[in-house]
Amino acid sequence: MFVQNTHIIRRQIAGLLHEVADPEIPVVSIVDLGMVLDIRPENGHWRIDLAPTYSGCPAIDVIPFLVKARLEEAGLTDTHIEMEISPPWSTDWISEEGNEKLHAYGIAPPNGKASDQEYEGKPRSCPQCGSTETEMISRYGATPCKASYKCLSCLEPFEYFKCF
Amino acid sequence: MEAKIKYLLHLADNPLILGQRLGEWCGHGPVLEQDIALTNISLDLIGQARLLYQYIASVSGQKTNEDELAMLRYENEYLNLLLVEQANKNFGHTIMRQFMYDAFNLLQYEMLTHHQDTQLNAIAVKSLKEIKYHYRYSSEWVIRLGDGTEESHAKMQEAMNELWRYTGEMFKMAAYETELLKSGEGIDISLLETEWNQRVAAVAQQAGLKLPQGEVMLYGGKEGKHTEQMGYILTELQYMQRTYPQMTW
Repeated sequence: MFVQNTHIIRRQIAGLLHEVADPEIPVVSIVDLGMVLDIRPENGHWRIDLAPTYSGCPAIDVIPFLVKARLEEAGLTDTHIEMEISPPWSTDWISEEGNEKLHAYGIAPPNGKASDQEYEGKPRSCPQCGSTETEMISRYGATPCKASYKCLSCLEPFEYFKCF
Repeated sequence: MEAKIKYLLHLADNPLILGQRLGEWCGHGPVLEQDIALTNISLDLIGQARLLYQYIASVSGQKTNEDELAMLRYENEYLNLLLVEQANKNFGHTIMRQFMYDAFNLLQYEMLTHHQDTQLNAIAVKSLKEIKYHYRYSSEWVIRLGDGTEESHAKMQEAMNELWRYTGEMFKMAAYETELLKSGEGIDISLLETEWNQRVAAVAQQAGLKLPQGEVMLYGGKEGKHTEQMGYILTELQYMQRTYPQMTW
């Protein structure tokens, strides 16, 4: 009975975490970004391990707060959230769905695996018009995780989520 | 244990102080893209410093926390390099300071990813991913500006000449580093000097810059003896915590 309950609650928590959006890029959830490492019962409470993305991401303190708030709202008050830095988060952990959401939002998703290349790679195409003719403006964007690009076809600027 | 705490403070104070310096550029960058690039690097560095301060607080055996360590020590208790506390001048000067530090930091963190202390090792693996990007950014800008206009070239050469005297300290072992090395818990930072020189020389050559020769090196930051610049930066860094102790957002 307990085992079954554990499965149900774990699934419930996983579902709720899907509703916690990244405060910087609200179209993707922390699950889409691959930040949720583990959900397990521990010493009478539920422990949730999260992977911080960049060390200095301003969302680093907000996300555990949002997670706790969402779980409490659903009646899960006995939770403990840990930030785990090892192994370090990578854009390789972003789900396919997450990449599609980024693209639809106007951010070019990471192109290729971070583990296959030394640096961030280049966007596959402009998320506005689909052209492959793009040019980098700056290696950093509005957040450390993105670079600034412009499209040479539609001339619109856009951001590229760097492979990391 | 005291040597280890000092060493970790040295590692944490470098990115904190440099991050604070870069943060001063917020709203003052030459163009928007570079303004946000410098402040994003600042965020990375302060994030890395936080990981280290949190670790120090957990092993120090004293009742302290990351905020107290970062904000409430006296000047002679900060163990950062003299290089990182040097005041901002122009964009080129900031880029040169960043490049000199990043080239060193990259080598240092590559070494730390093999460190036997598992937590320091994990912090190094995570930080190194970011530091690689910092190094590429600053080295590309050194080349672009050094090999740019007459004016940008002159400013980069001036920055290199002025900052060179603070680079010797990076490779000089502080007492706590020597002690850790002897007990088998440290790394030999002096081993990095040759490779640092080669990297910097290669970038300087592409940038058309001349490496200063025979400069007298200045030391002291790693042992808590700072330049005049440090007082000013701490005044600003610590203002809120000193004025409203224990304040939180």
